[in-house]
Amino acid sequence: MNPIPESLEKKAQEIILRYPPEHRSAALVPVLLEAQKIVGCLSPDVEAWAAETLGVTPVRVREVISFYGMMHQKPLGKYHIMFCHNVSCSIQGAESLQDYLETKLGIKAGDVSEDGQFSIAAVECLGACGWGPVMLVGEEQFFQLTAEKIDNIIDELRQGRMPHGDTPTPLIGNVGLPTT
Amino acid sequence: MERYLSKHFATPDMRRLSVASKHGAYEMLERALKMEPGEVVELVKASGLRGHGGAGFSAGLKWSFVPKDTFPRYVTVNADESEPGTFKDRLILERDPHLLLEGALICAWAVQAETIYIYIRGEYFYPTKVMDAAIEEARQKGYIGERILGSDFSCQVYTHPGAGMYICGEETGLIESLEGKKGQPRFKPPYYPAAIGLWQAPTIVNNVETLAAVPWVMRLGPEKFASLGTPKSGGTCLASLSGSVKNPGVYEIPMGFPLDELIYELGGGPPNGGKVKAVIPGGSSSPILTAEEAKGIKLDFESVADAGSMLGSAAIIVVDESVSIPQMLYWVLRFYAHESCGQCTQCREGTGWMLRLCKRLLDGKGKMRDIDDLDEIADAPDGTTICAFGPAVSWPTKSYLKKFRHEFEALVKE
Ligand SMILES: Cc1cc2nc3c(=O)[nH]c(=O)nc-3n(C[C@H](O)[C@H](O)[C@H](O)COP(=O)(O)O)c2cc1C
Ligand code: SF4
Ligand code: FES
Repeated sequence: MNPIPESLEKKAQEIILRYPPEHRSAALVPVLLEAQKIVGCLSPDVEAWAAETLGVTPVRVREVISFYGMMHQKPLGKYHIMFCHNVSCSIQGAESLQDYLETKLGIKAGDVSEDGQFSIAAVECLGACGWGPVMLVGEEQFFQLTAEKIDNIIDELRQGRMPHGDTPTPLIGNVGLPTT
Repeated sequence: MERYLSKHFATPDMRRLSVASKHGAYEMLERALKMEPGEVVELVKASGLRGHGGAGFSAGLKWSFVPKDTFPRYVTVNADESEPGTFKDRLILERDPHLLLEGALICAWAVQAETIYIYIRGEYFYPTKVMDAAIEEARQKGYIGERILGSDFSCQVYTHPGAGMYICGEETGLIESLEGKKGQPRFKPPYYPAAIGLWQAPTIVNNVETLAAVPWVMRLGPEKFASLGTPKSGGTCLASLSGSVKNPGVYEIPMGFPLDELIYELGGGPPNGGKVKAVIPGGSSSPILTAEEAKGIKLDFESVADAGSMLGSAAIIVVDESVSIPQMLYWVLRFYAHESCGQCTQCREGTGWMLRLCKRLLDGKGKMRDIDDLDEIADAPDGTTICAFGPAVSWPTKSYLKKFRHEFEALVKE
């Protein structure tokens, strides 16, 4: 078994404190997400460690990993892109932009590029439907995508720079002036 | 239009406690802590505040269902926001997190809970960071923790991440997920969370917007708050407007606001001179309305129901003539087929089957018979499943087929 990084052990112990001691298994989802962030994926080693740390059976951990869309047993690209293909974004042209992104990166949704740099997942509504099309790169959110905006983002990433996401969300609606 | 919940969305740095305090943050918590918990529940009941997560249930009534003498109790804030078309809760989380914290703490006092979990969907990385920082600041200033504001009320608040499953927004699915399991909904009865929730303890699950309205209920007083809306739904509502409109976004409107005004005056109508063909009034789970049906309706739970749909999370998706309805049904079914939690056969198998039929029609390989089959299979999950996901796929599907049948028929070449 590969050793579990100390930073993960420490983080897990912090998370566990949020729950009553008799219910520390409630920490499973946050601990697995943290593990994925630190280790890269939820390998069998991580599974065994999580089961042991939280006092649950290994099969329960496996079950949880297979249920949640954001949990992955194999490594994703260094830059993992979640691209929304739900109704509001699709009305705003998400599908053709997704094609554009896929062609640009030479991979399809669900794939990881050969050099391990990029992966794409077509995902359901990301809760930003008025500012679509929308995608996340890692933890950064990007709204109102166009082919040009995608070009700029990917160019930056190819240089190894993570561009700043659109945070906070743009103000459109009667809560402020349109930003575009 | 007067704004309440969104009043400070554009106030710079409102997420910082130092700024929020200048605008009265936590004053209502202080006031609530001087009242009896039962009085707070009665006040919220009288305000007509209803749930903004989808079902529109009276918030005060829900709080009153907590069984006497059963402790501990929990409050869980539903920040899963994953009903397609809905993007309002994130603005509260990102722009006025202390308003939500104050409302959740008032709720915890009212139902005598000592722990609050804010269940935030996993994709909301940025809103979660803002919320965590707000919790930390509030803790340091004594609004969270032991003996809050010198009272004998103690309460802890934590965020808890989801991991990318829509069904974890359903309240019992949320609870299962929070317990560290697959988010598969529980059967009601007996598992009404207010009675048997998190770790079998009484648990109030409320939507972000519902709880963020609570400080306003107190500040305005229940009568004033109620009078903002309709006799049956008090207050205002954050409507998420998206699809074919010039100015999509989140609009705070009084309950009962005219839909036409939202779409045409605030939203600017469809872009490029387009014409509205249909409107989805309450997220992808609500039946579609034709432009004709949508005309003249008001945005409150009863009026939208009278028009044959539901207000749900007030996620209004405008569809203009350029959009194909069968294509839209495909997007919607793809979503439901992906998100079914798999416990009920009608839902697990039905969604996939419907998706395949719809795809076949779109690919030009369908027969007339497929349209009828689609309609018939859509009946199966209606009222026969563990959770309301079943009807949420059944009703919209049937409405698309019934109201836009000609568009489906036009796809059949035989
Ligand atoms: C399939 C399904 C998904 C749901 N998703 C959400 C959601 O993302 N956010 C939410 O607040 N409520 C959601 N709900 C509604 C919750 O079950 C629950 O009614 C709500 O959180 C209660 O809060 P409220 O009374 O303040 O609205 C969903 C319900 C169903 C059936
Ligand atoms: S209706 Fe669907 S989502 Fe709900 S419990 Fe049954 S299978 Fe799961
Ligand atoms: S539909 Fe894409 S963010 Fe909601």
